[in-house]
Amino acid sequence: MDGLDSLTETRTLELKNKLGMHARAAASFVKVAQQFDAKIYIERNGQTVDGNSILDILTLACPYGGKLTIRAEGADETMAIEELGKLIENKFGEE
Amino acid sequence: MSTDQTTKTFVLKGIGVSPGIAIGRCYRFDPLDSQISFYKLKDEALIPKEVQRFKKALRDSETQLLEIQNKLKKTKITEPVYIIDVHILLLRDKIFTNRTVKYIREQSVNAEWALRMTLDHYKQIFEGVEDDYISSRVSDVQYVVQRILRNLSGEKHEIIWETGNNGVIVVSHDISPADTAQMKLDKILGFATDSGGRTSHTAIVARSLELPAVVGLDDITRFVHTDDQVIVDGTAGMVVINPYPDMLKRYEEKKRHHDAANDEYLKFGKLPARTLDHYQVQVGCNIEFIEEIPSAIAHGAENIGLYRTEFLYIYREDLPTEDDHFNNYRQVVTDKNLSWSTIRTFDLGGDKFSNYQKQTKEMNPQMGMRAIRFCLKEVDIFKTQLRAIWRASALGKVKILFPMISSVEEIREAKKVLEEARLELVEEGMEIPAKIEIGAMIEVPSAVVIADKLAREVDFFSIGTNDLIQYSLAIDRSNERLSYMYEPLHPAVLRLIKNVVDAAHQAKIHVAMCGEMAGDPLCVLILLGMELDELSMNHLAIPRIKKIIRESTLEESKTVLKKALSFNTASEVRAYVNDYMLKRFQDEFILEE
Repeated sequence: MDGLDSLTETRTLELKNKLGMHARAAASFVKVAQQFDAKIYIERNGQTVDGNSILDILTLACPYGGKLTIRAEGADETMAIEELGKLIENKFGEE
Repeated sequence: MSTDQTTKTFVLKGIGVSPGIAIGRCYRFDPLDSQISFYKLKDEALIPKEVQRFKKALRDSETQLLEIQNKLKKTKITEPVYIIDVHILLLRDKIFTNRTVKYIREQSVNAEWALRMTLDHYKQIFEGVEDDYISSRVSDVQYVVQRILRNLSGEKHEIIWETGNNGVIVVSHDISPADTAQMKLDKILGFATDSGGRTSHTAIVARSLELPAVVGLDDITRFVHTDDQVIVDGTAGMVVINPYPDMLKRYEEKKRHHDAANDEYLKFGKLPARTLDHYQVQVGCNIEFIEEIPSAIAHGAENIGLYRTEFLYIYREDLPTEDDHFNNYRQVVTDKNLSWSTIRTFDLGGDKFSNYQKQTKEMNPQMGMRAIRFCLKEVDIFKTQLRAIWRASALGKVKILFPMISSVEEIREAKKVLEEARLELVEEGMEIPAKIEIGAMIEVPSAVVIADKLAREVDFFSIGTNDLIQYSLAIDRSNERLSYMYEPLHPAVLRLIKNVVDAAHQAKIHVAMCGEMAGDPLCVLILLGMELDELSMNHLAIPRIKKIIRESTLEESKTVLKKALSFNTASEVRAYVNDYMLKRFQDEFILEE
């Protein structure tokens, strides 16, 4: 789907914070994702979840070093991917 | 219900405490539920209102969490604040709320029930996660659900326990008397619990209601979810969760066999418990609810040997009135099929009354301020019950049984209050008999030691083996790790019982046994050999006990007893009795295998 749909931004990242996508990280992610109008999705191992749902993100159980792809669809998708990418790269502001 | 759940078959082994097979949907009972009502919406028109109720509870929960968060921020404790963030995000999580709303709409269940289903769904998902940290996050979901539930119950609801038309199998860590008091018992098909043993509350309730039950399953609550299909095999002590089709079929057939065998036995219930050499034992039934009387009679009960009255007291805010008591007793004593009814006075601690809950917490309530001790201290409460018993005694044959007697003073004092109650009633112009048969429950070891002296004070004894064994062997019968030591055939227990019977007969008074042991088919010959006058048991046990008695002789029983008393250890007695009974009454013990 990447690149085919002009209204989709994606980026694949590696989780570098020690606990992986745990509760606090998931909460930070959702809070940032909710600031955008674009629909946010997270993909991992073929599973896609809603980036606005903390429950869904937790059930992904993405560990330290795990790879995930974030995808945004909507007017401010580029900004959304930029911000969320930064959040993950900065280890959710932890450590 | 939710088709997206993977169904894995689990087979768990526990202790079968009430025979029979139950097949049905699981209902996971948590003590939390005791405050909560679960019901199906009667009308589709109620759905929008229910969704609104759920959403309001969500908003209220969020407001509360925001307030807590603000307070915490002021105290500069940062760590827990983020957890509250997580909880707030969960409350706002569309996936979570939509799923719950969907359950309300599609299944026509109330918000509480829908929430429970959502929680179970996520429990299952999180259990599948390998990362321990993430999988333990289910506790956050649980926390949020509990908060919503609390808000849902903001207004005081009548406790309802509705499950639609089909019954359920109740699965819980443990079930307390208060829990059963608020369950709709006619909706229950069977029980399965993590803890408990043969004499735990769940076991007693299950047997009295003739419902299959398996206890001591350790962690069934971890494997099963509300609405899973469950088989409870109370005869074999097995529980199957999500049986595959062939297995289900086999169990359905087994269930038919079991039910048929039960009917086969019933005809022995109607016959007298008389040995081949014409020694006759009176067979009574232990009951807890008046609703049990019909099945007691159907199984061959000749009298009610123990009517437990605690259920009149618990799970209500006020004390039962004299008329509350009387209306229940009247229904027991007026049944023409019963030669008499033995009513046992209140046998719990004062903590069961809301007014008394503030009393000092007891470290060891089994040896605390309870039963006759409590009654003699709270004479007014006691007298209310005694007055009702006197009034009932005008309508049918009643015997009164005082529990937990440990001294002669106690029985004398109880008799004094009983007489005061009678004089009051006579003064008020009530027509009541001049006398009522009085019995002492023999369940404290000291009462056994002074049984000869107690015998002069009363008209009969009733041996309560459950507590007698617990007190004399110093084994907490709710402690599963000690359940292997709980042994009715312990040489000490046999001697204690024999002591009581001998003392009673020396004083020419009637002696009954109303503990679990009285209904244990393996123990029948031992008790027969001691010449107990009456055995009172749960109704399911009656036909088999009668059949064994009818096929044996008093002489034979005395020989078995003599041999049993000659051993030094409980395991020798057990081995001998098991071996003898299984060989001698092969047909009666097939079900055990």
